[in-house]
Order: sequence, then structure tokens, then C-alpha cells
Amino acid sequence: MSATDTPVSLPTPDTAQRSPWGEVLHSLSRSGTFLTGLAIVVFWIVCALFGQHFVPYDPLASDIINALTPPAADHWFGTDQLGRDVFSRVIVGSRDILTVAPLATILATIAGTALGLVIGYFRGIVDDIVSRVLEAFMAIPVVIIALLAIVALGTSKITVIVVIGLSFAPIIARTVRSAVLAERELDYVAAAKLRHEGALHTMFVEILPNVIPPILVETTVRLGYAIFAVATLSFMGFGIQPPSPDWGLSISSNYGMIGGGFWWTVLFDALAIASLVIGVNLVADGVHGAFND
Amino acid sequence: MVFLGGQVLPGNVGRAILGPFADQRAVDALNHSLGVDRPLLVQYGSWIWNFLHGDMGTSYVFRAPVAPFVIDALGNSMKLALVAFVLVVPIGILGGVIAALNFNRPLDRIISLGGLSVTVLPEFVTGIILILIFGVWLRWLPIAAAWPKGAGFFTQLYYLTLPSLPLFLVLFGYIARMARSGMIEALDSDYTRTAVLKGLPWRMVIWRHVLRNALLPTITVIATQTGYLIGGLVVIETLFRYQGIGSLIFTAARGKDFPMLEAGILTIGIVYAVATLIADFLYSVLNPRIRLGAEQ
Repeated sequence: MSATDTPVSLPTPDTAQRSPWGEVLHSLSRSGTFLTGLAIVVFWIVCALFGQHFVPYDPLASDIINALTPPAADHWFGTDQLGRDVFSRVIVGSRDILTVAPLATILATIAGTALGLVIGYFRGIVDDIVSRVLEAFMAIPVVIIALLAIVALGTSKITVIVVIGLSFAPIIARTVRSAVLAERELDYVAAAKLRHEGALHTMFVEILPNVIPPILVETTVRLGYAIFAVATLSFMGFGIQPPSPDWGLSISSNYGMIGGGFWWTVLFDALAIASLVIGVNLVADGVHGAFND
Repeated sequence: MVFLGGQVLPGNVGRAILGPFADQRAVDALNHSLGVDRPLLVQYGSWIWNFLHGDMGTSYVFRAPVAPFVIDALGNSMKLALVAFVLVVPIGILGGVIAALNFNRPLDRIISLGGLSVTVLPEFVTGIILILIFGVWLRWLPIAAAWPKGAGFFTQLYYLTLPSLPLFLVLFGYIARMARSGMIEALDSDYTRTAVLKGLPWRMVIWRHVLRNALLPTITVIATQTGYLIGGLVVIETLFRYQGIGSLIFTAARGKDFPMLEAGILTIGIVYAVATLIADFLYSVLNPRIRLGAEQ
């Protein structure tokens, strides 16, 4: 089938006729920031999915006789206080944070988008009231909200997802709201109203597709913060629970011995969190740049 | 709101203190003596009334008034936050100004990218790395923030340096970025061009015209960061075993010590409100266009 047979224009390599999305993809593929970030994130995703098959030791198997051995040929990153291989644990440790943080972000995006569409579309008193409540929420640090909620609901992955999801939703709602405020004045919205489309149809079928870019940007930025928050909560003992090899959790159970010079039990986990957070932020930066050029 | 948060938390107070094996009658008796079996509204009324009179309630865990704990902890946290602020505000602004004056040159890139990278990292991660470098390898600074009893000002400062560094790093990025964009905007403005064209020395233009305008948005950012700073304190104080308001809330939350938790969070709320007020005030002092009580 030649290109002329298809009247529906698919994204073609021809630079002159790129769809808006093709344009974004093209600019992403040329962004060094985005590609570096993506490489780091993909590396950790691969580790989370397949890590357990190629690590040298079982990340949960303790070996008390070889506890706290410094990095050497047979244990690259040394062993922790239970004799578990730190290298294997760091590799597999991305699994929990890479399930909890994205799920929390998705929850925040869905809730925030729905809320932002409603208050941006209706404006008026609904907007005034809801916006004030959202501002009040955003004034409280996430760690404090999380602390209260987790004391109330008990510690579980679900609680962490819900808490982080709901505390990020107001921020996304605010972004969506301001995008919708600009969109609702445009002709296509007036046209939809003239066709007697319902409010729900106008919001979700007409306006939503047009505010996707800011939502995507905000979501990638939030993912970085979600990883920040999940790691912090695990470190505080309010998130992912033992014996998971999660990074934040490993640091929290090993940093007490840091004064004894057992640096390898925490350094690699800290560097792993740092690399993942920076990776996601580079991706977010790239996405932001691609949509705003 | 804080009070409701504390009360909605399920978990029987008496049960939490006495443990799961206590006799139900003992639990009921304790609940009664603590007053937690009264209706919610009655409890709320007496709580607010007492808080306003300086009585923050009695800790369930320590069986002692909450107020001294909260005041002590707040004092300690203020010291820590103050050290971080005193370090970060001038250095952050300086960093932003230098970056803006070297716009798009390598120095700007280094400050902007470096600031951004350390800002996005969780405090405990930078904290751990800093502890390893300065506390474990170089042995320059103590790794716990608790100074010996009766330590003087400089000893306390010495112990607070390491804990304040992670807070410094996170805030540095924000403040430098705001100062940088404010500076770039001000440098690009008509009044700067006018000042240069009427022959004022460059140094004078920067001090009198550019900086004054550039720092306005930065002040707002610094104020909004107090909320963040409080969240950061919870983490940092836990990491460095420092008896501040953050670790007080953390311990109270773990022990379901609601009067302590509520008093701690309400105190934080008050601190936040005061900080926002001060920022508004400073803003109006620095910006003659917005005077308190004026139109708009």
C-alpha cells in the first residue's frame, strides 16, 4: 500500500506534514535531557521487572556469618546486618517504589483532572468554594497529611497510594482548571453548547482532549514528587514494609549503624533513589520543553 | 480540622496505651479518666478553650502536660530552621543573581542544573550522603544533632551544621531559581535600560534598580517554603535524632498520642500562618505599589 492510498494521514517521516503529536515526539527524540532521563528510568524499570533473574544472590536470603562484610569481589556492594547481598537488594529494590509511585500519580491525575474540569467549566460559586478547600489542603505538607492518614488507616501500600494520590490531586486540579478556563471561551465549546450537548459531554469529550498537554506535563512532574514522597514515607517506616528490599526502607533499617562506618549498607540505596528521582525529573523537564516550544 | 483529623483516626486510645491484652474494663476506665468517652463536640470545645489558655492538654503516653514538650521542641526546631534559613537565603539569592548575570554561560548552567538536581532529591537521601561524607569519612561534623547538655552557642551551631545542610540544599534550588528569573526579567526591563542610558555606574544599577525589583517574588517563594520546611523537619529530625517539633509529631503519631499530635500540628499551623503574614508584610514594605490597606 502506497502512501497515496491512505487519505487518513498517519504520522509520516515527512517533516512538512507532522501531526502535533508527531511534532512533540520528534522534539522529544532530539532532547538530550529527555533521553538521558528516559534511559535511567527504563534501566530501573527493567531491574524491577527482571532484576530477580540476573542478580547474583537472593535479595531476601540472610547469611548471618557473612553479615556486614565490606564490598568485595563476591559481594560487590557488601552485605547488610543480616548478611543479605546489598547489590542484589539495590537492583530489585526499585520494584515497590515503581508500582506505588506511578499508581499514586495516576490516581492523582484522574481525580485532579475530573475536579479541575468541573470547577473550570462551571466556575462561579462551585469554583470559589472548591478552590479555597484545595488551597487549604495544599498548605499542609504532604508528609504531615500522610502521617495522619497512615496512623488512621494503618500502613499498607494502598494507603500510601491513596494518600499521595489525593494530596497531589489538588495541584493537578489547579493546573487543569486554569487550562479549562482558557479553553471554555473558545468557539468549539460554544458550538457544543449550541448543539445542546450536555455539560458532561462538553467537559470530557470536547474540552478534555484539548487540555491533555498540560495534564501530561503536570503528571510527569508529579511522578517525580510521588517518588520523593514514597521514598520518604518508606524511610519513616510508614510505607512499604519489610522484608521488601525497598531503598527507603533499607536506609531506614541500616542508617543507625552508619556511625560504625558501615557506609555500604546505605550509600548505594541513597544513590539509587537519587538516580531515579533525577531521571524522572529529566524526563519531566524534557516533556515540558517539548510541549512548550 | 486538626482536631477532627485526630479524632477520626480509629484506634481506641485506652487500648493503644494499655496494649491488646488489657482488660476491657480497665480500657473503659482509662478512656473515662482521659475524657475521650465524652461526645466529640464537648471535647472539641474544651480543647480549643484550653489551648487558648495555654493548656495544650495532657499527653496520653507521658501522662504529663503537653505544653512543655511542644515548646521545647518548637524552640529546637526554630534553631535548626534558623541555621538553614540564615545559610540559604543569602547564598540562594547570591547564586541566582550570579546565574542571571552570567545568563546562558557555563556558570549559569552549573548553578541552575545543580540547584535543580539537589532540590528534587528527598532530604533523607541528601542527608545520608552528607552524613557519609562529612560525618563518617571526613569526621568533620557529628552525625547526631543532640549536643551535650549546657553546650554553648557555637557548640550548638557546630552540631546543627550537618542537619541544616539537607534543608539548605532543597531550598537553595528554589530560591536561586526564583532570584535568577526575577533578575533576568528585571535586567531586561525598560527601567534598567533607562538607568544604564542615563549613565549610572553598573554596580549602582544592579543595587538600586535591578535587585530591588528582582527580589520581590523571591520573598514570596521563601515564605511559601516554610510549609515545605516543616515537612522537611519531620524527616531531618528523625534522621539526626533531634528533639524538634517534627520528631515530636512523628513520635506522637506512632504512639497514637493524640493530644501531643494535635498540639504539635496546631503549633505548626500557627507558625505557618505567622510566616505567611510576615512575608505579606515584608512584601508591602519592599514594594511601594502595594501598601497595606491601600486600594486593591
